[in-house]
Amino acid sequence: MSAIAARRRTLPGFGLTMGLTLTWLSVIILIPLGGLFLRSTELSPEQFWAILSSRRTLNALRVSFGLAFAAACVNLVMGSIIVWALVRYRFPGRRIFDAIVDVPFALPTAVAGVALTALFAEKGWLGAPLAALGIKVAFTPLGIFVAMIFIGIPFVVRTVQPVLQDLDPEIEEAAGSLGASRWQTITRVILPSLAPALLTGLALAFARAVGEYGSVIFIAGNLPNVSEIAPLLIVIRLSEFRYADATAIAVVMLVVSFVIIFAVNRLQRWAQNRVPVH
Amino acid sequence: MTMQIADSVSLSSPEAKARAHAAAARNNLRTEPRAVRVTIISLAIAFLTVFVVMPLVLVFAQAFSKGIMAYITALAEPEALAAIKLTLLVAAISVTLNLVFGLVAAWAIAKFDFPGKTFLITLIDLPFSVSPVISGLVFVLLFGAQGYFRSWLRDHDIQILFAVPGIALATTFVTFPFVARALIPLMQEQGTQEEEAAISLGASGLQTFFRVTLPNIKWGVLYGVLLCNARAMGEFGAVSVVSGHIRGETNTMPLLVEILYDEYQFVAAFAIASLLAMLALITLVAKTVLERRLDGGEDRDH
Repeated sequence: MSAIAARRRTLPGFGLTMGLTLTWLSVIILIPLGGLFLRSTELSPEQFWAILSSRRTLNALRVSFGLAFAAACVNLVMGSIIVWALVRYRFPGRRIFDAIVDVPFALPTAVAGVALTALFAEKGWLGAPLAALGIKVAFTPLGIFVAMIFIGIPFVVRTVQPVLQDLDPEIEEAAGSLGASRWQTITRVILPSLAPALLTGLALAFARAVGEYGSVIFIAGNLPNVSEIAPLLIVIRLSEFRYADATAIAVVMLVVSFVIIFAVNRLQRWAQNRVPVH
Repeated sequence: MTMQIADSVSLSSPEAKARAHAAAARNNLRTEPRAVRVTIISLAIAFLTVFVVMPLVLVFAQAFSKGIMAYITALAEPEALAAIKLTLLVAAISVTLNLVFGLVAAWAIAKFDFPGKTFLITLIDLPFSVSPVISGLVFVLLFGAQGYFRSWLRDHDIQILFAVPGIALATTFVTFPFVARALIPLMQEQGTQEEEAAISLGASGLQTFFRVTLPNIKWGVLYGVLLCNARAMGEFGAVSVVSGHIRGETNTMPLLVEILYDEYQFVAAFAIASLLAMLALITLVAKTVLERRLDGGEDRDH
């Protein structure tokens, strides 16, 4: 162990590259984020609470967190179905569908925003038939939900896909030959092995949807207290020069993001420490 | 000719069926009834078609809805050209900065052991989990009207917000992890033996890096740069907060899409959007090719 460590030290440049890394990390990431937290400490707890408990802020947070969670759940279910189809079945166009799962990652959010809005607007390709059924999507909370589903798709698929691919086929065959029905095998053998990846995907999709701005604001309608998301309220407060309000909302959202990162790290450690299914 | 083919088909078809049946029996324990399979595939295709394919197709359909001339005219507008130029400039700045950072950070993290490594990687990853709007907000709090560095900047006559430096900073923040995250696992996997050999043969640190390490990670570098660039050119929320939306000056392409859309100039908005969509599609194709190459390289090396 110490021999390895000693040998590794023979490579030059540790001090220099580590110093540059920490400096640059501080300048670009840590100081700006730290500034935000420092700013929030200038608010008294009463002020902080007054901002957060105002009706408009509460509603914006409720819209963002509530719809993001609902969208992440849809992504969990549909993402699992997509992963299962991509990994287990062969069908025409499989590779293309596999590749386009990443489109929501790669497509700039503003482009996704205008495209989804045009698609689900009352005269749009999908908006028109839905309107005939009496369902209005664009410029309602339902539109926010749709946009959040869109941006969350890759997270569940790309976290679960490699785990399902690596799953040992023998345990399934064993379960089957021991008399388990296919449904029992899936729910009692496969699903528990996928659980950490599924939860990680859910958490990542949720985190992304909570903070999402570009793809949501076009389709949202942005009616205060109804279809106004928290990131938009931050932008509005900034434009009104109400920096304290913007800071307080941002701090709440950041803390939630950090909790999610922590949870995801824990989930991954849990997944690694479980008895490997080989 | 046709008869022969028909014969061979009718002959081989029962055989093929029999073979398929045998295979099916073997795989029976690992698959679902046909009806279930068809349902799952249909659901997956339908969902991806509605949420991914249709929005993409719609961008191009809208962009060309008034013909190719209207499309070209929209892109040749001075405002559009200014936005394209600014987007390229900002992407060039932030990709260069993050490329250098990524190489330096990956060397320190992948080639050496030290306590707190996981925590450091978590810090590098932070921008991925920060809302784009907050990524812009932090720079407004530093440099804005009530910002910490406000008076110093005014004394030295430096403009950061509502100007190119602010846009480049916010973009660099948002795209910070891409190159480092692409390189760290790759370089960890490759270990340090080749570099140690070069050093013990008398190569300098820089020679070792450029002649030994860099050739080994070149596809990883390209992969990171590609993703970093796509995000840099497409970033909307963070840039929107720091840009000030000065027409022809501080509007990047995504910001111009918003402005044109809000002004009901749909052809122009979707024309710019179509360029960004093409960038995304090219990035995805290149990413797929590179991923195959990176995986292939792994197979050959091990």
